[in-house]
Amino acid sequence: MASTINRRDPDARGYFGEFGGRFVPETLVEPVEALERAYFQVRDDEGFRQELDRLLKHYVGRPTPVYEATRLTEASGGARIFLKREDLAHTGAHKINNALGQALLAVRMGKRRIVAETGAGQHGVATATVCALLGLECHVYMGVEDMERQALNVFRMRLLGANVRRVDGGSRTLKDAINEAMRDWVTNVEDTYYLLGSVLGPHPYPLMVREFQSVIGKEARAQILELTGVLPTAIVACVGGGSNAMGIFDAFIDDPAVRLIGVEAGGERIARGRHAARFAGGSTGVLQGTRTFVLQDEDGNIELTHSISAGLDYAAVGPEHAWLRAIGRAEYAYVGDGDALDAFQTLARLEGILPALESAHAVAYARKLARELGTNATILVNLSGRGDKDVNTVEDALTARK
Amino acid sequence: MTSRIDQTFARLRAGTRPGLVTYTTAGDPDLSRSASILKALDRAGADVLEVGVPFSDPLADGPVIQRATERALAAGGSLRASLALVADVRPHVSAPIVIFSYANPLLRMGIERFAQQAARSGVDGVLALDLPIEEAQGFRDALTAVGLDTIFLLSPTTTDARIRRAAELGSGFLYGISRLGVTGARDTVASGAAGLVARIRAVTSMPVALGFGISRPEHVAEVGGYADAAVVGSALVSLIASEGGSPALIERVEEYVRWLKGDHVSLESSVSRSGAL
Repeated sequence: MASTINRRDPDARGYFGEFGGRFVPETLVEPVEALERAYFQVRDDEGFRQELDRLLKHYVGRPTPVYEATRLTEASGGARIFLKREDLAHTGAHKINNALGQALLAVRMGKRRIVAETGAGQHGVATATVCALLGLECHVYMGVEDMERQALNVFRMRLLGANVRRVDGGSRTLKDAINEAMRDWVTNVEDTYYLLGSVLGPHPYPLMVREFQSVIGKEARAQILELTGVLPTAIVACVGGGSNAMGIFDAFIDDPAVRLIGVEAGGERIARGRHAARFAGGSTGVLQGTRTFVLQDEDGNIELTHSISAGLDYAAVGPEHAWLRAIGRAEYAYVGDGDALDAFQTLARLEGILPALESAHAVAYARKLARELGTNATILVNLSGRGDKDVNTVEDALTARK
Repeated sequence: MTSRIDQTFARLRAGTRPGLVTYTTAGDPDLSRSASILKALDRAGADVLEVGVPFSDPLADGPVIQRATERALAAGGSLRASLALVADVRPHVSAPIVIFSYANPLLRMGIERFAQQAARSGVDGVLALDLPIEEAQGFRDALTAVGLDTIFLLSPTTTDARIRRAAELGSGFLYGISRLGVTGARDTVASGAAGLVARIRAVTSMPVALGFGISRPEHVAEVGGYADAAVVGSALVSLIASEGGSPALIERVEEYVRWLKGDHVSLESSVSRSGAL
């Protein structure tokens, strides 16, 4: 079934242009190649596809709706704004799409022990969930700082039977959780599957995670055409590692008239250590297995990052995003903590939807863009997750504002 | 031209003692004591000195070297400082010096520029931990152009085909990892270590140093039975961590290496007391 092979595969060494590759310690080279072989087998396997589709429909609740946010549109004063409601997927974010696909792959590979990293906790919750569903042992690494700001998700993971492991090295956030998950994998590689949560890491992860998330764009393209009869003017999605953005961009890559816009975390301001906007302050480097845009100092050490949203608080970005930007197919902007917080409240009050703080960055940018584009345009925002996990953070931030 | 590393391994093969490769992090506990430590290692008979470049995200290292990295970064350690350190000690040590680094600091400096500066500083070889063979061609060519050896890691998961490729592309010696996992001292040498060395020997005559988990003279002797040298890293770094505040640090390091080499010095008690083992 050669027809199912994606035309945007990276090259044989896992490169999208000059980005990507496989920069791993020697012990992981063979396991990563074995993973690639296993993945290339299942991606063309009808039985695997059917099992995944069945679970996406009956367990995850797909397709998720596309909803026209009319009151948000009115208040923004311009383009019609539509929301792809990934927040309504089981566990409350798009992360489950990838977690389910990879967990089924792990089972096929005979691996019963799963390790994962998590930043905001949504990937950790999704992984813990699919491990419960499939009867797999689950260990989730999480930075101490993230455990504090996402305490609800820590408790959810534990309820689901996962072992949440504290990471207090480095910046104590997502980057350090990935380091620790990779250390676990390199030690227990014989029986362990590393379930990476974003379009990051060594090949084949960026490709595989994108393909498991591409269901978002496939659905959304058909849904928006049904609702409006035309393709949207722009797609807007937040970008931490960038899996929800790749998932929705994928179906529109070959529609050159559709603008693809990724929104990074501007944090407090664009200054060293105070943001996570890799395309605003970064340069090409190698981090955690891939060559991409990285926030780093002149000695090549990775800089600290900051964002109000744990899921965007990461020093590197998926290599395919770096490539899409280099070839001019996607644009990247950033939104700061304060504007994200405003968008969080606005969406809550006007539409009755609490977005994840990550997704609130995309909403904030879409409001601004709506005014620029005017009333004839349409914007499709990937509302990648729901905001229940963030209510304490938001409360603290609003209190601090007063 | 025969490299300093080639000469060292030729000498080891002609003799009876197993070789000893040491790893320390540049700038741990600070840059000036790092220099004294390297000189002490050389005096005590270490055959190859690996100088670790501190990096913010040492994902292949266990807690001991992670902490050393943090100390070194806090003390001003960096790739540039590591090369300056090598230039500083080079006139005073006879052992070859190998830079041991993650890829990003090297790429940030620029591979060509790094190669030239490393050669000027008196570096003999370079090992980039997360530049596997498939990513290392340009890196190796830049090093070869300035006469430096490129050292590759081989692990129990490395296939025979890749061992062959590493032997073709690399020079100086091959660094075998005795077990799966991150760096760190263990009580015993991994059971699969001899098997890995045998697989390497089957395809190349290049010298083999074996590391990961080695901390005692009996480990060094055991590994010396089948490999050209044993690498001691975390155990030495632990000693530096526990003695870092002591005026006797340099003396302890020197004693420890003599003890590892099998010299009959009565130091096991002091080393054990330090908590390093």
